[in-house]
Order: sequence, then structure tokens, then C-alpha cells
Amino acid sequence: MDLPRRQAPIVAFEITVNGALRQVAVDVRTTLLDLLREHLGLPGTKKGCDHGQCGACTVLVGGVRINACLSLAVMHEGESVTTIEGVGLPGNLHPLQAAFLERDAFQCGYCTPGQICSALGMLAEVRRGEPSQVTEDLAAAIIVLTDEEIRERMSGNICRCSAYPQILEAIRDVAGAAA
Amino acid sequence: MRPFTYERAESAAAAAKAAAETPGARFLAGGTNLLDLMKLEIERPSHLIDVGRLPLTQIDPTSDGGLRIGAVVSNSDAASDRRVRTLYPVLTHALIAGASAQLRNKATIGGNLMQRTRCAYFYDAAKPCNKRDPGAGCSALGGDVRANAILGASEHCVATHPSDMAVALSALEAKVETVTPAGSTRTLAIDDVCRLPGETPHVEHNLAPGELVTSVVLPPPPQGRQEYRKVRDRASYAGGLFSLALAGERLALGAVALKPWRATKAEAALAAGASPADAAQAELEEARALGRNAFKITLARRVMVAALEGTPVR
Repeated sequence: MDLPRRQAPIVAFEITVNGALRQVAVDVRTTLLDLLREHLGLPGTKKGCDHGQCGACTVLVGGVRINACLSLAVMHEGESVTTIEGVGLPGNLHPLQAAFLERDAFQCGYCTPGQICSALGMLAEVRRGEPSQVTEDLAAAIIVLTDEEIRERMSGNICRCSAYPQILEAIRDVAGAAA
Repeated sequence: MRPFTYERAESAAAAAKAAAETPGARFLAGGTNLLDLMKLEIERPSHLIDVGRLPLTQIDPTSDGGLRIGAVVSNSDAASDRRVRTLYPVLTHALIAGASAQLRNKATIGGNLMQRTRCAYFYDAAKPCNKRDPGAGCSALGGDVRANAILGASEHCVATHPSDMAVALSALEAKVETVTPAGSTRTLAIDDVCRLPGETPHVEHNLAPGELVTSVVLPPPPQGRQEYRKVRDRASYAGGLFSLALAGERLALGAVALKPWRATKAEAALAAGASPADAAQAELEEARALGRNAFKITLARRVMVAALEGTPVR
């Protein structure tokens, strides 16, 4: 049973975005990324590759970082999504946003919202003691966040301006302050 | 993306039944592989059955001292589980060697097992592929085969299985539990799940239509060393060119064939007292280069020897 190309069902559901409950009704094919950008007026989350390879679309769902491009919006019915717009605002920046400015951790800025959301999710994973492939002792309950750990854990976020050294510094600043 | 209808499964058995009764239906869990392929219109399901909220999210001990991992546990949660990390470090290593953190947070254990090949010609919808279109021909043969199979390939398909996790599961002799459309449960040995291409490369596994993976069961941890080694073009977030899982006396190889390759010939040679080099040779006797992937045979030999001799990775 092939549906005509343009004719897909509309799905209506509730989703919490940056603390606000939103009622949406969208084509079932709508990705979480397109829901945010095209339907909810939140273009801070960026569309890079749209295939889960660049990390520009990284958002937090229930505090966990995922690629918003590889998820259908309807899969997140009833869940709570945080985008860069919910992390901080001009005049009230999150410390990580301030650190990115301080360290000049971007040139074009396109990957930056994804980098920041990804780093926030990453720091939570480290606090939970989740290992990475460079963690020396898999059994260790406490992760020491070395530069090598930060680089490995951020490998899902590409920066074509290659601001990696400054991104590393910005994350290290905030991780150090939180420790 | 082609249009489709969507339902959220109420139970694993209901999902299997619905999948068998609905032509063109596919299971959706994390979606990280399926949605990617749907955007490319390589996957064109007319109906999605979302199994992501089924209560298959637990990791529980089994009565014989093993561990049962629910099929919709995320790759990250499985890798980070304290019991997995301490008793099955080869599995944690394999999981965190794969994909990126964002993908591992979303991708599930069942989906990892059922993900499709990354063969560049499978992904290029403009080129013939026997997986996408049975009988169309294999574009990799005659193309760039640098990443393609050295073991178990056929004249119809030379793709490899992309999973790191499945290689560790093979070395651990894991079992895969399923529910069938009739509502009964079934257990398969990990090495019986995926198929070599033969004449039917589009038939990728031995599950019946609609049959749903519900859990992966690890036997009690093996005695001895566990290790996962992966060689790839960059240090992180890249598919393997070759990988190896060692779990006690058992050895499995990744990125060499269309299924995780349990190295039974090497294991038998080692048990008979052969050196690591001779054991590797025994396993690679039947390896065949297709062209530019010839280096993988040398690479496989060297990594097998290094792992068996216990040479540190770094």
C-alpha cells in the first residue's frame, strides 16, 4: 500500500520545548529538527548534513544529547526538549555560552548551538560516570575529564572552521569550574 | 521521505503481529539508521511500528549468572551499565567504539544488531545494488572496494556488517531473543542471526517477517582476557576497517564480512597449541582480496597477532 507522495498522515501531540508545553499537528514525516525550526520558530538549532554526521542539530531530550535530524518529532510526544534558545539568552548567557565568546570558540558560528548543547549533554554524561573509548579504566566510577576525553566525547560535532582548540578551551573552562 | 503511516506498539507481540500483517511495515526504535535511509529513499516503508517505548529497557541478571539486555536499551546505557563494564568490558569497548555519543544515546541494542551495511554502493541509489534491487548487480565489484569484505563474500554482494557491538556479542556467544508474529518466543545464537550474502544478499538475517528482537542475553562472563580493537581511518566516529573482539578463548572479527565473523579456525588452532601468527593464518586462509581492500588481509593478520600476543594498543 503506497501512499501518494504528498499524502502523509498528520499527527497531533504535545511536546515540551524549553519548558513550555506546545501542542503541534504536523506531517508524520517531520523530524524533531524541522519541528523546532519550521513549526515552533526556534531556528537556533541548525541543519547541517541532515544525516547525523555533523552534530549541528544536537539538542537535549530529557537532558540527553541526540541528533534532532535523525528523530521523528512524533517519537518525542510528551518529552521535554531543550534547544540553544533554552540554554541561555542575550544578557543572561549560560556559563558555557559565555566561555565560547571568551575563548573565541567559533568563526562562522553555524555549528555553535550544536557544540554547546552537545557539551552540556557531555558534561552530564561525565557526571554520571559514563565511559568513553579513551577512558583508561572502564570500571572507574569517576571520569577524569582530560583534554583527550573532551576531544573524544565531542567527536560527533564537526566544526568546518576548525575552532577545535578554542572549543576545547571553552569546555575545559566550564568543566573545571563545575568540578 | 516517502509517506508512511505510524503507530506506537502496545506490546512486543502486538508489534510483531502488526508487522507481519501490514505490507511494507518496518520497526522503528532509535531510528538513527532507518530514518537516515528513509531520507535517501533507500528504505521506503509504508508503515512504521514504533517499538521505542516498549518495556524492553531493563538490564537484568539471568538465573545462570549472565545478563539480559532489553532490545530498546540505548547503546550508551548498555555500555555504561556497571555490570556490563566490569563483567563484559569487551562489549562496553565495542559499543563506545561505534558512532558518536549523540547516536549512541538514541540507537538501541536491537537496532544496532539489525542496522544495514554502510557499503558506499548500497547508499548510492543511482547505482545498481543486489541488496536494494535483487538481480540488479553489484556496483562495488568493479568499483572502489577499499572497505569491502575479505571473508564470506559472493559474486552478488561484497558488503560488510557495520556493527561493532555484534562482533563483541559473537565473541561472548550471546543469544538473541525474539517474539514471532504468532506471539511465541524464540532464541537464536548470535552467529545465526545475520546471513552471508550468497545468492540472496537482500535477505540479511534469519528472522521471519515481523519477528521482533526483544533482548540480547549474555552467558556468564568467560574466564580470561577481554578486549576490543578497532582500526579505522580516523581516531573517532568512523566505521571500522577491521575490528577484533577477544573474550577468553573466543575470537570474532568485524568489518570483514556481511556478518560478525566468529574466528573458529583461529580458536581451534590456538587450542591445539598454534602460535598467534599460525592461528591468524588459519583463519585468513580463505580470505580473498577484491582489489583495493587487499590491505585488510594484512591488517587483520597483524591486529590478530598483536591482540593474541597481548601487545598494548598504545
